[in-house]
Amino acid sequence: MSALLECEKVTIQFGGLTAVSELDLRIGERELVGLIGPNGAGKTTAFNLITGVYQPTSGRIAFRGQPTAGVKPFSLSRQGISRTFQNIRLFASMTVFDNVRTAMQGNCAQGLGETLLRGRTFRETEERVAHEVIELLKIFGLERFRDTLGKSLPYGDQRRLEIVRALATQPRLLLLDEPAAGMNPTEKQELMKLIGFVQEKYGIAILLVEHDMKVVMGICQRIAVLDYGVKIAEGTPEEIRRNPKVIEAYLGAEVTD
Amino acid sequence: MRGKEPLFLLLAVAVAIGCSFGSGVFNRYYLGIAIDVGINVILAVSLNLINGHTGQFSLGHAGFMAVGGFIAAKLTLLCGPACPEALRPLLFLGGLLLGGGVAALAGFTVGVPSLRLRGDYLAIVTLGFGEIIRVLFQTSEFFGAATGLTGIPKWTTFGWAWAFAAVTVYVVACLVNSTYGRGFIAVHDDEIAASAMGINPVRYKVTAFVIGAFFAGIAGGLYAHHKAVISPSGFDFLKSIEIVVMVILGGMGRTVGVILAAILLTILPELLRGVAEYRMIIYSLLIIVLMLTRPQGLFTFGKKGTVS
Repeated sequence: MSALLECEKVTIQFGGLTAVSELDLRIGERELVGLIGPNGAGKTTAFNLITGVYQPTSGRIAFRGQPTAGVKPFSLSRQGISRTFQNIRLFASMTVFDNVRTAMQGNCAQGLGETLLRGRTFRETEERVAHEVIELLKIFGLERFRDTLGKSLPYGDQRRLEIVRALATQPRLLLLDEPAAGMNPTEKQELMKLIGFVQEKYGIAILLVEHDMKVVMGICQRIAVLDYGVKIAEGTPEEIRRNPKVIEAYLGAEVTD
Repeated sequence: MRGKEPLFLLLAVAVAIGCSFGSGVFNRYYLGIAIDVGINVILAVSLNLINGHTGQFSLGHAGFMAVGGFIAAKLTLLCGPACPEALRPLLFLGGLLLGGGVAALAGFTVGVPSLRLRGDYLAIVTLGFGEIIRVLFQTSEFFGAATGLTGIPKWTTFGWAWAFAAVTVYVVACLVNSTYGRGFIAVHDDEIAASAMGINPVRYKVTAFVIGAFFAGIAGGLYAHHKAVISPSGFDFLKSIEIVVMVILGGMGRTVGVILAAILLTILPELLRGVAEYRMIIYSLLIIVLMLTRPQGLFTFGKKGTVS
């Protein structure tokens, strides 16, 4: 079976430091995979490799069977890889509506002539996009904020908006970088529901980087564990929970509390 | 009617000036200032596209202006005498567009380093680029070397200057309220997030530079045919700073504010002529005070990210 995303022996070095070493990772269609590991284990670096922000020093990444070497992030995004960021990166001077609308335009950018003449095609496209944005905002309960600046939303809603914005690019694979960071237990519960809902409704694959064990164990079908850039384990949440290597590297502190 | 305000504003000012024309109070001196205002509106609004909306801090706008000015002026000086009276507007228009086109080409070349540089570094590179252009004209015998070009026909009328100002405002307003504008603002806000959302930052940065430079070139052509004399020293980096001040004072990324600032900063030095030797001191002090009290820009109507 060909996977949606395939990483084969992906390595990246920054100077003398090997941030990610020989990482093998496969994500199938509609799969929800967790990527965990202690601070500095290389999780975000792995994200940046998959989204094309970094180019691997060696190894091979393929998305939908196509190698992604040398492909720019914006182009990978149009091919169906979308993401959120660990430190929320909304468009600060844009409203909630425009944040989502901007993410849609990879698929509907208009020509210079159309833009200047404002013909029928232009207006119709703008209307259609606006309609789609509103629909999306309604589904995620953000419609009442449509004219608010994205930056001034409550924290949890900003995270939610980032996910909505990522969905607006119509991804096949969604990468979530620590979506539960800074959330309280209630918000985390809601987030878990949200991720499950997104996966079901849009039928997309999700790769989740997360610190919070409850969230990862609760929703992921499969979990990969990174430590010092090396994948030390992979399996179902149950297997990961029992794996002594994982407990030693990462869960040790968690189990005691 | 969002997005139409700048056009109405321009129209209103044009009508007002047109009316005072008939009254006879409006002499050649005022008319000259009105043309200056039109040219500065073009410069400020086009620079705002680069600095304000797209967030690529450029200090090279006078360089683009010089390119347009020298090319257009040289063309009319070469072909003007042989050109029959009736075809002159056509020659003028052709010269302006050619100047704008070559300036756009220069904008493209500056746009390319801007793909790798940000903030202060980009500002320094564009500053250097503007100076290189100036020095190239200074050493080129074809363009009159340090003396520059003289005897350029005074073809820039009030109508020409303000028509092009209106076109500039219209084009920038259309761009800003479209997928282009959202691309520009996304790049301005967060380049990494923009590229993760399928927006090609390279494309939008270069587009902003090319379009901004094109209109700066047009403004240069109008300027040359207004003053009748241009020399490379008139396009030094102080000229660039002057335009940057208009953009900052008007509010980065706010077209209406920038138009008003361009009008104000063109008229202000003229009003201060009475106190000739203190003029620049008062002018500078005003800018300092304004920056301290209104750092977000003097005229901040509407919300950022839309035209106004």
